[in-house]
Amino acid sequence: MTQAPRIRVRSSEATQADQPVKIDVQNLNFFYGPKQALFNCSLPIRERTVTALIGPSGCGKSTFLRCLNRMNDTIAGTRTEGKILLDGANILDPTVDVVALRRLVGMVFQKPNPFPKSIYENIAFGPRVLSMNVNMDEVVEQSLRRAALWDEVKDKLKQSALALSGGQQQRLCIARALAVAPEVILLDEPASALDPIATLKIEELLMELKSEYTIVLVTHNMQQAARASDRTVFFLLGEIIEDSLTDVLFNRPKDKRTEDYITGRFG
Amino acid sequence: MSTEHADLASISKLPTDAAFSRNIAWRRRIGAFWRGVLLLSLVIALLGLTLLLYKIVDSTFGYVALEYRRPPAELLDNRSLAEVSQAELVAILQNNVSAGRFRKLDREAPIAERSKDEVYTLLLEEVARQRVVRSWTLTDSIFRRAAIEQAMRDTYEDATLEFRSWLSWSFLNTPMSSRSDFAGVRTAILGSLWMIGLTILVAFPLGVGAAIYLEEYAGRNRLNRIIQTNINNLGGVPSIIYGMLGLSIFVRALNVVTSGRVAGLDNDNGRTILAAALTMALLVLPLIIINAQEAIRAVPSSLRQASLALGATQWQTIWHHVLPLAFPGILTGNILAMSRAIGETAPLIVVGASTYIVTDPDGPFARFTALPILIYNWTSQPQEEFRKIAAAAIMVLLLMLLSLNSVAIILRNRFRRSL
Repeated sequence: MTQAPRIRVRSSEATQADQPVKIDVQNLNFFYGPKQALFNCSLPIRERTVTALIGPSGCGKSTFLRCLNRMNDTIAGTRTEGKILLDGANILDPTVDVVALRRLVGMVFQKPNPFPKSIYENIAFGPRVLSMNVNMDEVVEQSLRRAALWDEVKDKLKQSALALSGGQQQRLCIARALAVAPEVILLDEPASALDPIATLKIEELLMELKSEYTIVLVTHNMQQAARASDRTVFFLLGEIIEDSLTDVLFNRPKDKRTEDYITGRFG
Repeated sequence: MSTEHADLASISKLPTDAAFSRNIAWRRRIGAFWRGVLLLSLVIALLGLTLLLYKIVDSTFGYVALEYRRPPAELLDNRSLAEVSQAELVAILQNNVSAGRFRKLDREAPIAERSKDEVYTLLLEEVARQRVVRSWTLTDSIFRRAAIEQAMRDTYEDATLEFRSWLSWSFLNTPMSSRSDFAGVRTAILGSLWMIGLTILVAFPLGVGAAIYLEEYAGRNRLNRIIQTNINNLGGVPSIIYGMLGLSIFVRALNVVTSGRVAGLDNDNGRTILAAALTMALLVLPLIIINAQEAIRAVPSSLRQASLALGATQWQTIWHHVLPLAFPGILTGNILAMSRAIGETAPLIVVGASTYIVTDPDGPFARFTALPILIYNWTSQPQEEFRKIAAAAIMVLLLMLLSLNSVAIILRNRFRRSL
């Protein structure tokens, strides 16, 4: 072992190992047409934790994330093998209704993508199309409060969401995902298009949200993974190389390739 | 400019050797050359358009020499038109035409109910026998006034000189006539409006529907690629081919529908507004589909993903996000389609628009004529005056096109603003 990587790791309050498994990915293979993107990936994702997926560009971490709510179905010519058990039920089963699945497994994308409508309408869209019988004003306020955006926008709910700053837009997207009351939230590099202050806000938000939701976070930024996650998974060329508690992975990586990557000596 | 360059060169390490200077001057010259070529093409295009407008305006207004068999002043006992009541005009008319002719005119539209101006026009046409013996262009009327007066003195001694706008309210409001100075375009305007309305009613939902299916649902397989290619090619098929298609399918094969028998009408002529509108709908369908597809494709896929990730179905995603964003673009395609349909002549000739008809169309199963047909017909007449009213009809067509388009543009802008 060489010297320990100098990345500050947030000491986790609990080891999280005792949390029940929310999503159990078993032997997942994924293909874009003839090209295989994921190789035999297995990963238990625990309830009410933040799991960070890291790895170099093109290693399959985003593809893996998009398997968890079957967003890859929208791409023509893709194929998935293996099992992904959500609370014990295989979501890759063809009989599973993806529309119902995505209500339980929400997603936030890399670039903030608010609808070109008012802030209020952005939040209300989800509950409305799902025909959820709720008090819409309440849902909007609650979702915005949870996404730590309420105080900034409460006086301009009728204004266009596109007038918000990038960081606010991304928190609006998180609020929008929360409005349909999901159990799992997938975030695909949610802070990569944001400045450091907005990034910090998003990370703090994740800390808050994990008491209620299971969060899976793809990130390019290792400091972010170290700061914001409980467990970290290292991907390389479509394979899961290492899956550990975050402070273990960053301080005592078991695999040489993980160590090379996190110390920046990679390829 | 040059001093600025010199300053830059002195403070930085910009290359200043002779070869580089020659090179940069040459590159600038190439750029200037192409800029000139582009400007020239714009100027030529503008010249062409100006010339077109000039020709139309030039023919629409100008002096005419009028001859009467009986001068209108004599008919009115030397009173001015304002002093004569409508009833008196009707009486004068009745006294001077045969009883049979009066009954025929009364059957076309009850004479007692016609306006004073209409009765006066009738008087000029039937009794005074007004006749245009010579007409001049606007340019001549303005700049060659002396020559016109000379001609009046020499050749048209009995005629009166009058400045006339061939485009007038009565031109818009009278049905067709075989005599140029009493002909109007009302039947043609109504025919064109009926046809455009029905065309859009048919083509818009079909076209947008097909575009949504092709963009959002259809996979990228061989069959769909073939369909796509064919739609693109159909946009370039000559319009007369669509006319033949319309004749054999809508006029002949679907005669029961287009003649109105299916709606209980006693008619076996399929050459109706409906047949023409269906043919036009086919003609503009590729245009609408292609433009709608472009508009749908321009909606960022990140919005679709955001909507799907919230648990919306694909249709909800299309309805709430894709269509509202694509709608301005779809309307643009619609404007193009409308412009095309309103000016098309060839398919209408084949499908059988009437060249001479004086009754207003009263529904989709009516026989009809349209503005382009009228223009085509009038320009092929030998008399100079028909060319004047053809020019006036072209102006009407252009104005109609512009006003229809501006409605669509206002709609589109309102939609854009609401986003």
